[in-house]
This record gives sequence, C-alpha cells and structure tokens, in this order.
Amino acid sequence: MRIVVQDTPFDMGAEAEAFANGRHDMGAVVTFTGIVRDFGDGGLDAMEIEHYPGMTRKALETIAEEARTRWSLGDVLVIHRYGRMEPGEKIMMVATAAPHRKDAFEAAEYLMDYLKSRAPFWKKEHATTGETGWVSAKDEDEDALSRW
Amino acid sequence: MDVLYFAWVRERIGLPKEKVTTDAATVADLVAELRAREERYDLAFSDLSALRVAVDQELTDFDASIKDAREVAFFPPMTGG
Repeated sequence: MRIVVQDTPFDMGAEAEAFANGRHDMGAVVTFTGIVRDFGDGGLDAMEIEHYPGMTRKALETIAEEARTRWSLGDVLVIHRYGRMEPGEKIMMVATAAPHRKDAFEAAEYLMDYLKSRAPFWKKEHATTGETGWVSAKDEDEDALSRW
Repeated sequence: MDVLYFAWVRERIGLPKEKVTTDAATVADLVAELRAREERYDLAFSDLSALRVAVDQELTDFDASIKDAREVAFFPPMTGG
C-alpha cells in the first residue's frame, strides 16, 4: 500500500506502470485519475486545495485499509495533491490491484467515494474574474457512502 | 489544547490555529464558549449542520468528549477526490 500526499504534480502513466509492474498473481489493475475541470467556458483560473496535514495521511490509510478488508486486493495506491492547480492538471489518483477485475473496480469506486467525503481536503475555485468560492459538498456524495 | 480551523471556517474566524484553555467537557461545550467570545466565532458556528469536527485528528460528533484532547479541528464537509 502506498499513500502519497504532495503539492507537486505526478506522472499518472509512470505511477500506473510502476504499480502494475511485476505482478504475477494480480489479474486486474484499475486506476482512476481526477483532473481539475474548467466550468466549460474557460472561467476557471485555478483550483486551490487545502488539507489538514496532521490528519490527511491517517484518514487516507484508514480508507485504504478498510478497502483491503472488504475486497481481495493485492495492493492499493492513493496519490492526492494539495495547493494550487490549473484546469487540466491532475489532482489525485487511486489504483487497485486484485486477482479479479470485480474486486479491483469496486474497491476503486469505494476509495473514490470515501476520498470525496472522508478525507480532509477542501477545494476552492478561483475564477478568471477574480472571484473565489469554496466548493460545497454535495448531498449525493454523502449518499454515495450508504451503498457500501 | 490546540484548536484548528480549515477552509471557510478559517477565513471567517481569521486564523488557522490557536491555543485554547478550557474546562469544556464536550465539543458542543467548546463551541458554546467560542461563540460567546466574539461575533466572528458566533457567525462561524451559527449552523453546526454545515460543520464537521475532528478530535485528535479523528472525525467525530459534536457531543464527543474533549477531556484530555490535544487537538480539536473545525471545518466544512470535505471535498476531496
């Protein structure tokens, strides 16, 4: 299991390759990458992500450990950035390795659902107009946890 | 203990962290003490349903005990991923 919290960019291709490389007992690797998305009109200048340094790693480890108890997984990778990112930059990625794809897919979805609502990160949008606003948590994100 | 604020809670109160000496038994008691201090605290804590709390870096509820706690953090619902 590898948990990374950093402000610098990461190479999703290199991370996925390193994660999948050399495994002979894992038939499936699933990766998900989250990317800073513009409003669709070029109005987003940047996304700023604040986190709770003392708690973040522990929260991510707890979520990843829980995934490992629920599914048959060989390995889990979580990378999450903080700081300022521009549209198109990668915010975070998760990867799961499992003997079979169902476990890998489901565990990746579980990780994403819990990362959204239970990992101490907060997103602030900076519009090109100079306006800023904290992204509100969505009810559907909280509801998504109840399916697990 | 250390009291930490994140995101708009930090902005509304105007600082990220402060030392607080308190005899409050629970998070809710601590919130009541903070609200009585100044209007900026009162405003930040006016809707507890919009806030989350962690005691010693573990998510918990507002009725949780803070006896012997070293760190209490207040923040809005998280928006990771």
